[in-house]
Amino acid sequence: MSQRHPVLTMTAISKHFPGVRALDGVDFRLFPGEVHALMGENGAGKSTLIKVLTGVYGTDAGTITLDGDQVSFAGPMQAAAAGVSTVYQEVNLCTNLSVAENIFIGREPRRFGAINWREMRRRAQEALARLDLHIDVSELLGSYSLAVQQMVAIARAVDVQARVLILDEPTSSLDADEVAQLLRIMRQLRDEGIAILFVTHFLDQVYGIADRITVLRNGRLVGEYLTAELPQLALVEKMIGKELDALEQLDSEAGRDAARAAEGTPLIEADGLGRAGAVAPFSLTIHAGEVVGMAGLLGSGRTEVARLFFGADRADKGRLVVDGKPTAIRNPIAAIDRDIAFCSENRRTEGLIGELSVRENIILAMQAARGWLRPVPRRKQDELVQRWIEALSIRPANPEMPVRNLSGGNQQKVLLARWLITEPRLLILDEPTRGIDIGAKTEIQRLVAQLSDGGMAVLFISAELEEVLRLSHKVAVMRDRQLVAQLTNDDSLDADRVMQAIASGVRQEGLEKV
Amino acid sequence: MSTVKARLAPVTGHRLFWPLVMLVVLLVANTVYRPSFLSVELKNGHLYGSLIDIVRLSAPLILVALGMSLVIATGGIDLSVGSVVAVSGAVACLYISEQPDQNSLGGVFTALALAFGIALLLGAWNGVLVAVIGIQPIIATLILMVAGRGLAQLITSGQIITINSEPYKTIGVGHLLTLPFAIIIALVVTVIVAVLTRRTALGMIIESVGGNAEASRLAGVRSRRITLLVYVVSAACAAIAGFMMTANVSSADGNAAGLWVELDAILAVVIGGTSLAGGRFFLSGTIVGALIIQTLTTSVYAMNIDPQTALLFKAVVVIAVCLIQAPAFRARFRRRKSLAPPPAPTAEKQKEQVPA
Repeated sequence: MSQRHPVLTMTAISKHFPGVRALDGVDFRLFPGEVHALMGENGAGKSTLIKVLTGVYGTDAGTITLDGDQVSFAGPMQAAAAGVSTVYQEVNLCTNLSVAENIFIGREPRRFGAINWREMRRRAQEALARLDLHIDVSELLGSYSLAVQQMVAIARAVDVQARVLILDEPTSSLDADEVAQLLRIMRQLRDEGIAILFVTHFLDQVYGIADRITVLRNGRLVGEYLTAELPQLALVEKMIGKELDALEQLDSEAGRDAARAAEGTPLIEADGLGRAGAVAPFSLTIHAGEVVGMAGLLGSGRTEVARLFFGADRADKGRLVVDGKPTAIRNPIAAIDRDIAFCSENRRTEGLIGELSVRENIILAMQAARGWLRPVPRRKQDELVQRWIEALSIRPANPEMPVRNLSGGNQQKVLLARWLITEPRLLILDEPTRGIDIGAKTEIQRLVAQLSDGGMAVLFISAELEEVLRLSHKVAVMRDRQLVAQLTNDDSLDADRVMQAIASGVRQEGLEKV
Repeated sequence: MSTVKARLAPVTGHRLFWPLVMLVVLLVANTVYRPSFLSVELKNGHLYGSLIDIVRLSAPLILVALGMSLVIATGGIDLSVGSVVAVSGAVACLYISEQPDQNSLGGVFTALALAFGIALLLGAWNGVLVAVIGIQPIIATLILMVAGRGLAQLITSGQIITINSEPYKTIGVGHLLTLPFAIIIALVVTVIVAVLTRRTALGMIIESVGGNAEASRLAGVRSRRITLLVYVVSAACAAIAGFMMTANVSSADGNAAGLWVELDAILAVVIGGTSLAGGRFFLSGTIVGALIIQTLTTSVYAMNIDPQTALLFKAVVVIAVCLIQAPAFRARFRRRKSLAPPPAPTAEKQKEQVPA
């Protein structure tokens, strides 16, 4: 493969941001007809490298050549016109436009100067059919699931005659079937000769599809390897730069004492709680010190359950019982009053205030609970923020930096810190480890275990079954917006059984029916 | 060269740098035109001079713009401030005009309290429309912008109410501690707003609501209350500005008082570096913005620029201010290695002067 000429070469790329050396002399090359995985922890410089390549950022030093010609794109549009298309981690499309409009925005097919809508719809349908997606292209994009939106983004990227396709964590919001479908499409595109730059945190996907792997760490190049010659453990070591026994250590803590946790009066109990159009009535109890895992496919109603517990949406059926007393939780303020905290899966839109600093984001919930007339004294703020920046190793450790400048994993930690300083009794975590590197993921998992040992109840929602199984005392399984099973996490429970419950719902024998 | 640049970076990179440069350029232009421009003298224990005049005349705009800053920081906008100026001025003047003794302190204070109270109600009306009923701020305040003018006309019965009240007049043209009273009021209100927002958590909460309303709600912020509060504060500031403007001329004109002040206020806020999209707000920037606008108005009069072209002249300068503030524009300028900084509005100069 390497005897061919690379379609894209980046040489000695450097990029600084105020206070951060994001890239430091990084080399990268991409051959036609191969999938090249770009790996590294959060903040390693993957996204920056991509943004430099597509012209979102300029470079401080280094050159980029495409097909032997030196290039410097002024922006993603120009890059796309030259054949370098990008699908970003968080879908960057307009949900208020139709699917067809999204695919052709900026290059609409025209007839006599006016947009040819029929032609646009036809070609949009074609482009999606290539990805095996058959949906109504005149519907608003926002009416489809995130997974479909992701596919539309890829269809758009591929449709511009891309020679280089950059996929920046395309799978982080997809379920297993959709991932398989995406990988199939990637193979198909690769076989057509497109060079694919693939960024993901899922090692299985890397080993399932990538031909070559480049590893970055702290803005520096660690090396470029053929996938076949790099064992998984070696890859992880190169990514985090230290011997990796942390994960295994956590693994040995698996099979936690399930019986111990579920004693006494439940901290909170949902009794036939439900909301029309969101989630069917369900009953679920959570005890102090208990971790309840919530498994299920994307869109199965996991998030909706969390939002009802937190009062983010109002329940229209059933009731909540807190400390044995029926309690109405109509809004987040009422939930916070009952010491319930909620880290949303959408950090950017429902979690953080991008332009406020790390410090302000961390104290926001505590301050809101006190009311604006009683500000948290500055000295106490600094002390709390400093302590949590250290405890969660938030990087860069600068409390006054706008939180939007942090990488995804560090933003997640800021959000966690916001709630942890309020000392909640129930912590609801919706996909806390999504799009986060292994190091940060392990830290967050260990933190959850610690908090629960300290008596905090945790509702832990994750698409990764291993993670749910590792941490939970009890696993609640969602399917089609119903709570279909609650499984005690004893020695007999494994991923297969949970998967069966997700796949077949209540019919599975041996499952505790709800 | 580059080390000098690096050392200057904290200065030139400061968000107030360009607005201040603009202000200085305007002042220099005036001084070149009329060397006595900068002189300030003490007469009868009162400070006099063009600079003092500019600050005194910008006091109402500063007040309105302070309230506007908070509203804009929540992602809203308040178009009704001009009408609130008119209503509060009209109510105060009407009440005083009906007093047997227009110079009685008690009467004037009652008038102020009454007008202030009505302004707070108008602010709460805006706040309820926006925060509780959920009407878009531009529409919600447009209602009062139009209706408020009518209300002011109604109060004055379509007439210009003239009063002859020394205490009331003091608000506009009086002096205290050698300074015009209006400047002192503006200073005090500025301090109050600054303390209210920066010594409590109000400022941060406002910025949080404006930065991301949904995330704020999920963090337990009572954003409705905050939104309501900023519209009330905005109306309160406008009311005080209304007292000043009517006291200046000892009369209330429901039609003309505070006309278009909302636009100047929005402009001042934007020049000061606060984004119309909401989020971070900068009170100091807003004040500099208001001073720039008033200096510009004064210069237009002082340089005897044809009134017919005055508005156009103002527009050109405002565009220049906004452009040099935009990092993207400056970057393009630098890349082209074009001639040095943007055109200063000193181009046309003619002799003669007219009091502002």
